[in-house]
Amino acid sequence: MTAYLTYRWRGPDRTAFLPGPTSHGHYQIELACNACHTPWMGVKEKACLDCHSAELKLANDSHPKSKFTDPRNADRLKVLAADNCLTCHKEHVPERTRAMGVMLPDDYCYRCHQETVKERSSHKNYAFNSCATAGCHNYHDNTALYEDFLVKHLDEPKTKSAPRVASRALLAFLNESERWPRKSALTAAKHDAPASARADKETLHAWETTSHARAGVNCSDCHLVPDAQSKMKSWSDKLDHTACAACHKDEVGGFLAGKHGMRLAQGLPPMQPVLARQPMKREAAHRELGCTSCHGSHEFDSRRAAVESCLACHNDSHSLAYKNSPHFALWEAEVKGGAPAGSGVSCATCHLPRQKSATDSVPRVLVDHNQNANLRPNEKMVRSVCLDCHGLGFTLDALADPALVHTNFIGRPARHVESLDLAARRLLETQSKQTKP
Amino acid sequence: MTTPHKKLVLGTAFLASVVLVAGLTGCNKPAAPVAAPPPAGFTPKQMADGLFAVMSSDRAVYTKNVVARLQNDEKVIKASEHWKDEKALPLPAQMFRMGAEAVAEKNPGFTYGLLSLWPINKQNTPKTDAEKTGLKFVSDSGGKTNYYAEETLGGKKYFTAVYADVAVSKACVSCHNGHKDSPRTDFKLEDVMGGVVIRLPL
Ligand code: HEC
Repeated sequence: MTAYLTYRWRGPDRTAFLPGPTSHGHYQIELACNACHTPWMGVKEKACLDCHSAELKLANDSHPKSKFTDPRNADRLKVLAADNCLTCHKEHVPERTRAMGVMLPDDYCYRCHQETVKERSSHKNYAFNSCATAGCHNYHDNTALYEDFLVKHLDEPKTKSAPRVASRALLAFLNESERWPRKSALTAAKHDAPASARADKETLHAWETTSHARAGVNCSDCHLVPDAQSKMKSWSDKLDHTACAACHKDEVGGFLAGKHGMRLAQGLPPMQPVLARQPMKREAAHRELGCTSCHGSHEFDSRRAAVESCLACHNDSHSLAYKNSPHFALWEAEVKGGAPAGSGVSCATCHLPRQKSATDSVPRVLVDHNQNANLRPNEKMVRSVCLDCHGLGFTLDALADPALVHTNFIGRPARHVESLDLAARRLLETQSKQTKP
Repeated sequence: MTTPHKKLVLGTAFLASVVLVAGLTGCNKPAAPVAAPPPAGFTPKQMADGLFAVMSSDRAVYTKNVVARLQNDEKVIKASEHWKDEKALPLPAQMFRMGAEAVAEKNPGFTYGLLSLWPINKQNTPKTDAEKTGLKFVSDSGGKTNYYAEETLGGKKYFTAVYADVAVSKACVSCHNGHKDSPRTDFKLEDVMGGVVIRLPL
């Protein structure tokens, strides 16, 4: 028995040791036990924050640990040990895991915020299980839901006039940035692949027509890869994400943080659609996810990566409905040249949104390649995506309507989130109070 | 009341906080290891008073030389509760709390916060008996006398000190009186608006 278990532990398949299925957030890496566990299967103190601290910081976490370590909150901690992620989020207990990997019943806010109902008469008819489920509040990320933000976005139209997505303006960035030396453009004749690589005409043509060739990036710039130990560079036909990361560090970082790359980030073999819990296309079952699975290997067509690459694997109702949606109509119009740049809405527009980079000294718009960063709860998408084109009221209503999400926003929201109404009413009240003598 | 060992711990925490403040002035050296207890040692009261001197000075400097100067006098930039979204200066109370949270993350042993009997943020309502009595006491004394007590929280004993937080500038008064969440709207300059609570483990 011991010998068998040792064999299973050392071997590639550790499934025998799983105490129970993991949540949708972690199932891809459930066999990388050490990512979360100590050698004796305790949970590492920093396991959650190792991966999630950056997003919590970005979300201006409303309930950071530091709020609860103050001794004056000792009584609260007794009610709910909110200084520990595991109080709400546990793994391997599917029968108790609910949306967002939360184990607690929906009315958990009740434990500390009972006074809200007493203080705000506007809230007295809301049940505590609706605080975080009705599109009004979140436990961690309230950046699009706080009162003054709502007030600032009262009375916005459903759709703004002539909305546009930010341009990546990569060339302008490269010209200004010191990070890359400027090189002159290359043609197929100037390629530097060795004869042994047998670069064919098609490949060379594909490369020649990309920004890579135009920016002077030659074959050897990607295909000469350093040996892990000796650091000696030698030619390699097959490249992985580390080759791209040499220049596209932020994009690859995002990829590794999301569901497309999280297995690679943990040292596991790449993700394949067959391993996914979401519905995937049969014919794509055994494709391996890396940069080139979406971008192609020499043409790097970002438009293809923004729609067709997604639909080549994803087979859920939201994805299947996309091509009938108003968003796709806009995308098609842009791609066909009939509509201005930035007016189309692709899969990537919402799921790999363009964000202002915080890490470059020169201002830059980057594509966030972690498509899970704004996915759940979907209010995370409000600021990073929806408000570029839509008003806040319409956005909150649409995101709160699961049927509408299902059909990829074909139609109008059937739900209404009341938070803006409440904010408007309170604004009137305080204004009339302040104008009274 | 405290053993020499405890004095050492508190002394280390005090040095750490001085280094923290030095960090603010730009001389960002890591804390030097403390080999021996400070010659005289500190009583918890001395420690708390020392910490408060640092905190209240920083707070006053930030309010007067940053917020009041740039917002009210020179009208260059506003201070706002949503300073990130509005590209504005953090409010003095937020500055204070961010500092307190950064200190908590370093876990130096003591904690502190800014509370009030008339809080804009309901989380800043006094909760423990020492907080309630202390805030009332420093307010009744018009900010002239501090309040000290021992209390037990979560099974641990603490030395708790409460110091008056006074409206040192017109900015304090006008913002609080006009804030939609403020339960009190008649603050005047020099009024006690709340209190700084410092807790040292015993
Ligand atoms: C521009 C507005 C503004 C200014 C100026 C301002 N405050 Fe505040 N103050 C706030 C807000 C908002 C909070 C609540 C912050 C929080 O904890 O979320 C607050 C919190 C406080 C608290 C904690 C209790 C509470 O109300 O939540 C005290 C005490 C306090 N301020 C005193 C002062 C003093 C003294 C000054 C001047 C040195 C000052 N404030 C300046 C807006 C302001």
